[in-house]
Amino acid sequence: MSDTTQNGPMLAADGTPLKRSLARALRRQKLRALLLVAPLLIFVLVTFIAPIADMLFRSVENQIVSDTLPSTTEVLADWEHSTGESPPEPVYEALYYDLFLAAEAKEHTKLGTRLNYEYTGVSSLFRSTGRGLDDLGDDYLDALEEVDDRWGDGDFWYTLMSGSGEADEDLMRAHVKRLRQLTGDALPGKVGFAPSTEIVALLPKTTAAYADFAAYTALVDGDVVAEEDPWESVYVGLMTDLQGADVASYSGPEAEALQAAAEAAADIEYIPLKTFFGDEDEDWLNADIWATVQTYSTKYTSGYFLNAVDLQLTPDGIEARPENQRIYIMLFKRTMFMSLAITFSCIALGYPVAWLLANLPASKANLLMILVLLPFWTSLLVRTSAWKVMLQQQGVINDVLVWLGLVADGNRLVMINNQFGTIVAMTHILLPFMILPLYSVMQGIPPSYLRAAKSLGATNWTAFWRVYFPQSVPGIGAGSILVFILAIGYYITPEIVGGTTGTFISNRIAYHISSSLNWGLGAALGAILLAVVLLLYWAYDRIVGIDNVKLG
Amino acid sequence: MKLTQTLLAGSALALVAGAATAQDLTLVSWGGAYQTSQQKAYVEPYLENNPGASVTWDESSAEAVAKLRAMNEAGNVTWDLVDVVASDAIRLCDEGLAMEYDPEELLAEGDDGTSAEDDFGDLIVSDCFIPQIVYSTTFGYRTDMVPEGVDAPTDVCAVFDLETYPGKRSLEKRPINNMEWALYCDGVAKDEIYDVLATPEGQDQALAKLDTIKDDVIWWSAGADTPQLLADGEVFMGSTYNGRLFSVIVEQDQPVGMLWDMQVFDLDGWIIPAGLSDEKLAEVEEFVKFATDTQRLADQAAYISYGPARLSSAPLVGQHADLGIEMAPHMPTDPENAKNTLLYNYEFWADYRDDIDAKFQAWLAQ
Repeated sequence: MSDTTQNGPMLAADGTPLKRSLARALRRQKLRALLLVAPLLIFVLVTFIAPIADMLFRSVENQIVSDTLPSTTEVLADWEHSTGESPPEPVYEALYYDLFLAAEAKEHTKLGTRLNYEYTGVSSLFRSTGRGLDDLGDDYLDALEEVDDRWGDGDFWYTLMSGSGEADEDLMRAHVKRLRQLTGDALPGKVGFAPSTEIVALLPKTTAAYADFAAYTALVDGDVVAEEDPWESVYVGLMTDLQGADVASYSGPEAEALQAAAEAAADIEYIPLKTFFGDEDEDWLNADIWATVQTYSTKYTSGYFLNAVDLQLTPDGIEARPENQRIYIMLFKRTMFMSLAITFSCIALGYPVAWLLANLPASKANLLMILVLLPFWTSLLVRTSAWKVMLQQQGVINDVLVWLGLVADGNRLVMINNQFGTIVAMTHILLPFMILPLYSVMQGIPPSYLRAAKSLGATNWTAFWRVYFPQSVPGIGAGSILVFILAIGYYITPEIVGGTTGTFISNRIAYHISSSLNWGLGAALGAILLAVVLLLYWAYDRIVGIDNVKLG
Repeated sequence: MKLTQTLLAGSALALVAGAATAQDLTLVSWGGAYQTSQQKAYVEPYLENNPGASVTWDESSAEAVAKLRAMNEAGNVTWDLVDVVASDAIRLCDEGLAMEYDPEELLAEGDDGTSAEDDFGDLIVSDCFIPQIVYSTTFGYRTDMVPEGVDAPTDVCAVFDLETYPGKRSLEKRPINNMEWALYCDGVAKDEIYDVLATPEGQDQALAKLDTIKDDVIWWSAGADTPQLLADGEVFMGSTYNGRLFSVIVEQDQPVGMLWDMQVFDLDGWIIPAGLSDEKLAEVEEFVKFATDTQRLADQAAYISYGPARLSSAPLVGQHADLGIEMAPHMPTDPENAKNTLLYNYEFWADYRDDIDAKFQAWLAQ
């Protein structure tokens, strides 16, 4: 709808276009409102949303494999697992240096724990091999020292590795970056070492191992590189390099010593690293283990989510878990079913109580209200344990039934450590969350409506069902949402009274967070639970309408 | 994520900085009778010798690994010394959350002059673990519920013998120990248990044996459950820690008997969290040296029936502090009690825990 008689836009009193002026005023208002809620918003973001997001992120995070074994996973990418043969020598070479650095930084056992979730036995494989890595280098060092005892000397190595001519700073930067990734620390400071490009070209494995050593010594230990004796991995690197390097033409510092070592190296028995790992533990020659490493070398993985729905990620794709390990789908279903059962029993028990509360004279209603609120002032654990005393086979209820002769002494009822016990105890605990919204909604229903219905000839039932009940539905909705969402995440009560058939998915989440420490799987289960709740909330909104929910 | 961590850590630090004093140690333990025994045997004497010091207890040992990991990620470890079982110590050491130590330097010599390393022997199961006590998981049974004309059980396989010993049993809701007992009672030789349990067939065999009593088992998850179930007469027999049974039998005088056969030995001890400041570390080291010396570990046995981890402490174990009875016969390590025992296999369970647990839980839920 444009005004054809006016050419320009409408102007405000100060001459700016009215539209812009209005927008500015509105923006200022919004900003002020935002500033007012900012403290709460930031508080919620920092203390609630961010930690939850951080936790849920763990369900896909998998950097640990590629951060701990960067070169190995790179070389391994070319290996074909389906041949069923163990990978070739270069993979074991890469593994040796990766694992050596990881063992120095004490990160290899973390990786072992991570991979053990996928392949049983990897945990001790990494731990025991981590202890044996030094031996190989020590043997080489002993042999080299017989030629020239300066080989065990930090200063000598520093001179040899520094070489002469142009320094390869890029190589050093790459190793420092890699160390940062491995340890997860910022590691400020300077290494004070860089190998010459000449020596890098001549002895690539040795310089790589020495660069790891130099970076770790300078940045993590805070020592001077030249004063420290190099790691055993450096000798392994040297021996590997000397198998093929042409050192005769090298003329840098300590060239003679290097040439002497090369000559002697022919007489020192060289053990290929594949043989070394096979001797350490024959599992290293197992293609299945390598296939697992390969499958889980991606930075992000769907593995945890697949585990959470009874599937698994194998080198050959997604497969169902073996029948005797499937539990999570069943637990999700059980959690749903039992939460619904608890919600309905809360409605059935809470509705009459709320009605009484709303319709009794104030003095009596207040007393009743205190009774409803009383459980809130008692510890949750005490209430749950009280149900144990009530329901167990030698408990109060069974004793009374036996005394009355309704149940034989040898045939007492089993009412706890099963679903029944969980439903009873949780209904009791969650009842106030149903009664309070119901009560506040019912208080708002004028009693005159019922009287009017009756005066128009409705029976008691019709008056209740056609007039009163529809008006109390928003209270039922609010109470049900509260009770259902609380129930679905409940943990301590099912743990205490649930036995084996009454436990929830949250008990498994708690187990993975605090006992098995598989936080990835715990996070995946939690994320699924959160998604299910949101989905149900959405469905409720579509079917009943969230506007119909009233808390008061 | 880094930003929030920094923010969280920063605000937490600001809060803590005001409260912490130079000589305050935060010790983490299990609560209950065990923590009391530590308090009486070494914390109180230590505080007497060091008037400036103070100790704060945190009863979080059951979730120590998870909490320590979370604290470490937030960059703010508030604990100084943590009491954990050996398997948790191994995990903490694996994760780099616990400090490796040198027994010769950190720990005191035995009072008979043996070096700390020899005195603790192979109980130092991890480079980070400072052993305190040997405890065992074993069975207790109601003496008044033993059927007439039948002898009281002396064999762990009574657990699986529903005909001779009818009644409910309580077992821990996890595979560890239960699988071993099941295989043992299914005829597997003791030294082959772990070889068998490493195979899927062996795991099925153990579960099949447990299946025979499944309907009569109440599964416990807290150490206090079995003593309570026994006291209430809910179960005929149940597994729990020997110290808990001691207090049911001797201190509370309940009609409960001990079944020491095939008790599973386990260890409990301290770990020092990684990354303490030098000043703090010096304090912690001073305390640990005192708290794990020969006399202190022997003293602890006067309050709770767990065996001291030092060889040199054993001869010094005396009488119960309140009841005045000799404690030695109630120790799991007493030769009379330790005729047939099993040692918790840390290496095996570190590897197989996830796998077997998944099967065990699926079996439980069936």
